[in-house]
Amino acid sequence: MPIMLKVNGQSRPLSLDTRTTLLDALREHLHLTGTKKGCDHGQCGACTVLVNGRRINSCLSLAIMHDGDEITTIEGLGTPDKLHPMQAAFVKHDGYQCGYCTPGQICSAVAVLEEIARGVPSHVQEDLTAAPRATNLEMRERMSGNICRCGAYSNIAEAMAEVAGVAG
Amino acid sequence: MKFDTPAQTNPIDKMVVVGRAVDRIDGPLKTTGTATYAYEHREAVNPAYGWVIGSAIAKGSFRWLNLNEVRAAPGVIAVVTAQEAGPLGKGDFNTAKLLGGPDVDHYHQAIGVVVAETLEQARAAAALARVEYARAEGQFDLVKALDTAAVVGDNGKPASPEIVGTFDAAFAAAPVKLDAEYTTPDHSHAMMEPFASIAVWNGDELTVWTSHQLIDWGRSDLAKMLNIPKDKVRFLSPYIGGGFGGKLWVRADAVLAALGAKAAGRAVKVALPRPFMMNNSTHRPATRQRIRIGARQDGTITAIGHESGSGDLPGGSPETATGQTKLLYAGANRLTALRLAVLDLPEGNAMRAPGEAPGMMALEIAMDEMAEKLGMDPVAFRIKNDTQVDPARPERRFSQRQLVRCLTEGAERFVWSRRNPKPGQTRDGRWLTGLGVAAAFRNHMSGTSAARVHLDADGKVAVETDMTDIGTGSYTIIAQTAAEMMGVPLDAVTVKLGSSEFPVSVGSGGQWGAANSTAGVYAACVRLREAIAQKLGFDPASALFEGGFVRSGNRSARLGEAAAQGRLTGEDKIEYGTLGKTWQLSTFGAHFVEVGVDAYTGVTRLRRMLAVCAAGRIINPKSARSQVIGAMTMGVGSALMEELVVDKRFGFFVNHDLASYEVPVHADIPHQDVIFLDEADDKANPMKAKGVGELGLCGVGAAVANAIYNATGVRIRDYPLTLDKYLDKLPPLV
Amino acid sequence: MKAFTYERAKDPLAAARAVAGRPGAKFIAGGTNLLDLMKIEVEVPTHLVDVQDLPFDKIEQTPQGGVRIGALVTNTDLAADPRIRRDYAVLSRAIVAGASGQLRNKASTAGNLLQRTRCPYFYDTNMACNKRKPGSGCAAIGGFSRQLGVIGVSKSCIATFPGDMPVALRLLDALVETVDPQGKTRAIPIADFHRLWGDHPEMETVLAPGELITAVTLPAPIGGKHYYEKVRDRASYAFALVSVAAVIQPDGSGRVAFGGVAPKPWRVEAAEALLPQGAAAVTAKAFAGATPSKDNAFKLPLATRALASVIAQSKA
Repeated sequence: MPIMLKVNGQSRPLSLDTRTTLLDALREHLHLTGTKKGCDHGQCGACTVLVNGRRINSCLSLAIMHDGDEITTIEGLGTPDKLHPMQAAFVKHDGYQCGYCTPGQICSAVAVLEEIARGVPSHVQEDLTAAPRATNLEMRERMSGNICRCGAYSNIAEAMAEVAGVAG
Repeated sequence: MKFDTPAQTNPIDKMVVVGRAVDRIDGPLKTTGTATYAYEHREAVNPAYGWVIGSAIAKGSFRWLNLNEVRAAPGVIAVVTAQEAGPLGKGDFNTAKLLGGPDVDHYHQAIGVVVAETLEQARAAAALARVEYARAEGQFDLVKALDTAAVVGDNGKPASPEIVGTFDAAFAAAPVKLDAEYTTPDHSHAMMEPFASIAVWNGDELTVWTSHQLIDWGRSDLAKMLNIPKDKVRFLSPYIGGGFGGKLWVRADAVLAALGAKAAGRAVKVALPRPFMMNNSTHRPATRQRIRIGARQDGTITAIGHESGSGDLPGGSPETATGQTKLLYAGANRLTALRLAVLDLPEGNAMRAPGEAPGMMALEIAMDEMAEKLGMDPVAFRIKNDTQVDPARPERRFSQRQLVRCLTEGAERFVWSRRNPKPGQTRDGRWLTGLGVAAAFRNHMSGTSAARVHLDADGKVAVETDMTDIGTGSYTIIAQTAAEMMGVPLDAVTVKLGSSEFPVSVGSGGQWGAANSTAGVYAACVRLREAIAQKLGFDPASALFEGGFVRSGNRSARLGEAAAQGRLTGEDKIEYGTLGKTWQLSTFGAHFVEVGVDAYTGVTRLRRMLAVCAAGRIINPKSARSQVIGAMTMGVGSALMEELVVDKRFGFFVNHDLASYEVPVHADIPHQDVIFLDEADDKANPMKAKGVGELGLCGVGAAVANAIYNATGVRIRDYPLTLDKYLDKLPPLV
Repeated sequence: MKAFTYERAKDPLAAARAVAGRPGAKFIAGGTNLLDLMKIEVEVPTHLVDVQDLPFDKIEQTPQGGVRIGALVTNTDLAADPRIRRDYAVLSRAIVAGASGQLRNKASTAGNLLQRTRCPYFYDTNMACNKRKPGSGCAAIGGFSRQLGVIGVSKSCIATFPGDMPVALRLLDALVETVDPQGKTRAIPIADFHRLWGDHPEMETVLAPGELITAVTLPAPIGGKHYYEKVRDRASYAFALVSVAAVIQPDGSGRVAFGGVAPKPWRVEAAEALLPQGAAAVTAKAFAGATPSKDNAFKLPLATRALASVIAQSKA
């Protein structure tokens, strides 16, 4: 099926098997391999990308369902020479080890701060009607869909705190 | 370079670059998605996609196998089963063969690969394989199988228990005694990057991009399996998405990519689907451990016994869970023994800190229990039984042993004095809170490691070694080592790793990678320094390499001048003599944790964690700290949630995906503190470094278990400590 | 994943007809559960009807003082809606206790109701499963059942309904609105929406072929303090061992429903009347006739203790 994805600001026409996931479209067809396949079943978060500004698991979405959607991958956030502030904070705080979950963590981290700013509630919020704050507990809960088996969580929380402008 | 006498003062001691908490040099690549992992290499053009077919039974054989529908499915290029593959060699490091059929050795053992034009086609076609199995009886029950299991040595061969002094009599005579059984379950590495490979043949030469921790082992074993000379295999793993021991061995993805590529006549990519990994590959075997400790009233251990049983496929090896007990505490009378049962579950093998990880989970609960029996503080009890010598051979001293300092500094930093020695007494709202401590211990291993270092006319230094970076920071610490040795800034060094085209390193495993691979780079740099000095006409012994210059006496030259007529190269390896036998080389630490246990639901949540480590020179405190916090996180998993559940009827791990095999998530892990004690171990290597990546895991689980006991007064000896094991023993609700 | 054809529906009736008219056709909205199962061929649709363009993405007031939640409203948007947070907090709480931020951004209201069980034997196509393959048997019985059901289960199937959001919807007496291929609409009380397994665990809801969920409506707010206590081994991103949705009124009366224990959100109205007598009285009644296995018997005391925690919080 022919579709058009807008990936990192560029229109990318594709002709795909109906079965191709957004993740495989990015990795195998557009060769944007920064987005990782960890489990392919929505159980790890390594495939997290932003679609129309919202983070999703690209493994659990068919590419053909995203005709015309705006997709931001890790490659669209920054480059080695021009890191996004979240990428730079991950480097500074060593918020990664093997690096495989890292693009998903960073896409999620960027989205989490936006979700907090937008007032999306979380499980650890005591007062549901209040605006959430970028506390350590809030960020940890909201990042829990991104598994890091190397266990960089404590450092990721510090990287996010720096970008959020709060004390880690 | 042969390392056979303790290290003297050497250029690393300057610690201008080494010992600094610099950012990882691969960080900008990893954080931008531009580091290339196994399934992502594009040098192999127009790859086809392989999908693995797995066995639906644990033990038995095919009655028949029908692949007609598979072959006829859209896009299918080739199908390879054991029949098409012909006889394959068996790698030195595998217990079960990687391509089964017609006999099957374990659940989800690969029995074939389907190669198709697209991933979607390969996956759909693989599901069309029709197999009729004849199931055979298998042994899947560890408890039952251990009844008749023999005592073995670390290698799995028959042996006797190791006894020092007279254990039985001493234990019987001890006024204070503990005799308890502990269990640890099967664990999955669950690394984030699945096993994945791309293979392509050029004539009789095979290139494989894969995800592997130890290039030379992988290359040798793959060649052996494919019955081709090792030098015909190009084996590449520049980035590895986690391994934890699971990627020390060639797995089905690499073999089937190679076979599939041969059959298809083009490059083939194979990744193992996540739900397939837990049963297809290796795991940390479950253990049942019995620990007996006898002590005098003053807390002096007089007898310590540790027996552990585990299982593996025929020809496999035991989980060496008693190793640390030979060395960690004093005591004149000692017994350790391993039992190995034959099980028909998937292959057991190394996972991060094999042996010590589950061994310390048991031993360090036992020490907590014993301290309580003695009415002693568990920190004080451990300190009381410190030893500076190998208890079995007192003439062997530890090269460095700062366990006591780890415990005392940790206790102070953690405000251990706040712990109420009486359990179940401290409450914070709905939370029962408690503190726990455990020692950390892991042996240091030395291994030959080679590297090649180049100098170019612009003064830039390039390092090549087949060492891997599995998240450990190898790229960075190797660059730091070369920068220190050559007297250049870190950004003047480039590092290339993970290729069989480079000199053979020690590889990543057993927390031996950092110390030995940098020692190999050190050796190569010594050679390069000699070549440079010679080229410049300087005395190699007295030449100083600093700030991009070489100085000797009052002469000085820009480093790059030595390579003005062409690249200079130094290549060497570090090799070890008998220092590791004369001295006991080990790493030490102490873990402190605070937990809250929900008085209502029994849910346990971590509140604080601290590790104090003494592990030789820390080459990069930033990446080393990450190794330790990562290990602490894995330790929390082993304490609270991780268990591969065996279905003893069908012989498989039931919870074989990342939803049902739970590992810690962000919300489980509080801020973690790590302290490294100042240490430089001159008996270890010229870097004076040891490892921390596994030390950080050893003991954490027990510290959590001990904290839960302190919080609740309920002692659980079976991991993981899930709430169903103690809910009925919690204080009654008001 | 078996090959399938795909269409993007333009209106509800066309969508319903497209599914009703083709054997093996299914609706897809968020796809987070369906695609997961298609990859392992537990689900093998031959045709997918994508409903994402249908006009079901609003949350509106109803004339009765309640709210009508469009079937395509994402979990995130529903949990974040100010009216839901204020007047139906148990629903917000249940949603944010489930899955992950990424999944909640994609998962729809209707899809959440249609989640399939997470029984590991259902997920492993080598194992017998009456739900996956009617008549093949149940490998979970006698197997690893720690996560599985303790009540309302049958000799054919001991799986649980895995969701969180529907537990809160059950508590709030939601109605599930549908349209069928003939254009006929109906409102199904949530209590009747999910079936008990009985002899037909493959039949999970009362929806007819092609019947499309269009909305979920909530009656007027009922006040009280709202709780969703979810107990799980890890702190987040895990299915419930047991969950308790509760609304407790100032006089100690209220409503209680349990998740993670049964084929459907488990609410026994007669048990709720015992709330003033404490948690043990409520769960004794709510779980009367429970048939736990050795692996999951802990869920019964756990349910009591989780409810006790909620009651204690309501009194604090």
